[in-house]
Amino acid sequence: MNEAVSEADLQAYVDGRLDPARRAQVDAWLAARPDEAERVAAYRRLSGEVRAAYQAMLSEPLPEGLARSLVRRPRLRQAALAAAWVAFGVAIGAVATLELNASRPGAAQLANESALMARRAAIAHATYSPEVRHPVEVGAADEGHLVAWLSKRLGVQLRVPKLADAGMSLVGGRLLPGENGPVAQFMYESPNGRRVTLYVRQEKARNVETAFRYARERNVGVFYWIDRDCGYAIASSDLGRDELLKVAELVYKQLEP
Amino acid sequence: MDEAQRLVDLIPRLRRYARALVGERAGADDLVQDTLERAWTKLHLYRRGTDLRAWLFTVMHNVHVNKLRAARPTDPLDDAMPELAQRAPQSDALLVRDLDRAIARLPADQRAVLLLVTLEEMSYDEVARTLGIPIGTVMSRLSRAREKLRALMLGHTPPAKLKVVK
Repeated sequence: MNEAVSEADLQAYVDGRLDPARRAQVDAWLAARPDEAERVAAYRRLSGEVRAAYQAMLSEPLPEGLARSLVRRPRLRQAALAAAWVAFGVAIGAVATLELNASRPGAAQLANESALMARRAAIAHATYSPEVRHPVEVGAADEGHLVAWLSKRLGVQLRVPKLADAGMSLVGGRLLPGENGPVAQFMYESPNGRRVTLYVRQEKARNVETAFRYARERNVGVFYWIDRDCGYAIASSDLGRDELLKVAELVYKQLEP
Repeated sequence: MDEAQRLVDLIPRLRRYARALVGERAGADDLVQDTLERAWTKLHLYRRGTDLRAWLFTVMHNVHVNKLRAARPTDPLDDAMPELAQRAPQSDALLVRDLDRAIARLPADQRAVLLLVTLEEMSYDEVARTLGIPIGTVMSRLSRAREKLRALMLGHTPPAKLKVVK
């Protein structure tokens, strides 16, 4: 009855892992110690809350391709893929994995290159979006000049999509260095200061179209795609994946010729 | 083949653990994806008849630790990547957000123990094997994690020194 109760006993008590005899001893021990009893009760309550908080994850449908990509792919391919991921240091989503897996010639190379673009876009977003005083080089007030200037530097006629439907307005834009020449970045902002950047680069000699893909760099989410002569990446650390997808769709629709 | 199916069956549990461990959804799914890739290439190392779940969570633990290490700036591109504040997805319930924040503030090794015990309801032995640590360490990390979580959820900071217990 008076056998010492250790902290480990209390933890096992919280988790309901003591045998009935020991549990009764701990019950008696706690009955004489209100502070300890309260602490143990709090642990129990928190355990229940933690379980409840994440319970929904168990019944949620799996993201597209997560299970499928695992079962269907041969192991060697898998190893090569994993190596590629490490090499590029990009967290590519399940969708991109399936893209890479396509046997279309050049598909893997294309996916790697656009994943690099997504990474660049994420870095550019993380660099400029926290800027308070100098987020852009040319502000939205000079939109005509901004578009003419960036179009000339990129060598392709750019258009600036309107994101009013997503509650965002143009802040302005800037010119950035890219792997194969200049890149344009447009920044948008919501009234409560959430920011999104659109990264546009010219795709030389590439008349391809890709599906939307999603990548993540640290806490910056990026949707990216290639549509004929331009590659696009829309990046934000303020918007969740679903919200960002809506913005990406909005951009895509408006840039369609 | 049969293991592959069992792996797939364990995905929801991996996702739940990853979600609590990482603190946000997209990063968690990246972790699950990387874990599955790794598990699939290492499946031949898994010994039939042993606990597949413990093995898989060990793989996830190692992938996670490696990711944390890799996240430290090592190349110029990473240096160019400023840290931004994490924000919880808006669709999450208030409680999940508060718990996410509190859990995120636990030291990583304590967090893993707490979540394996609480979410996965692993025995203390299984947790010790999964994380490759002695059972005494499991118990002391569990105790410290719970006390810190309790303090965080109360809005107080925990006492500077907690008794290390046997």
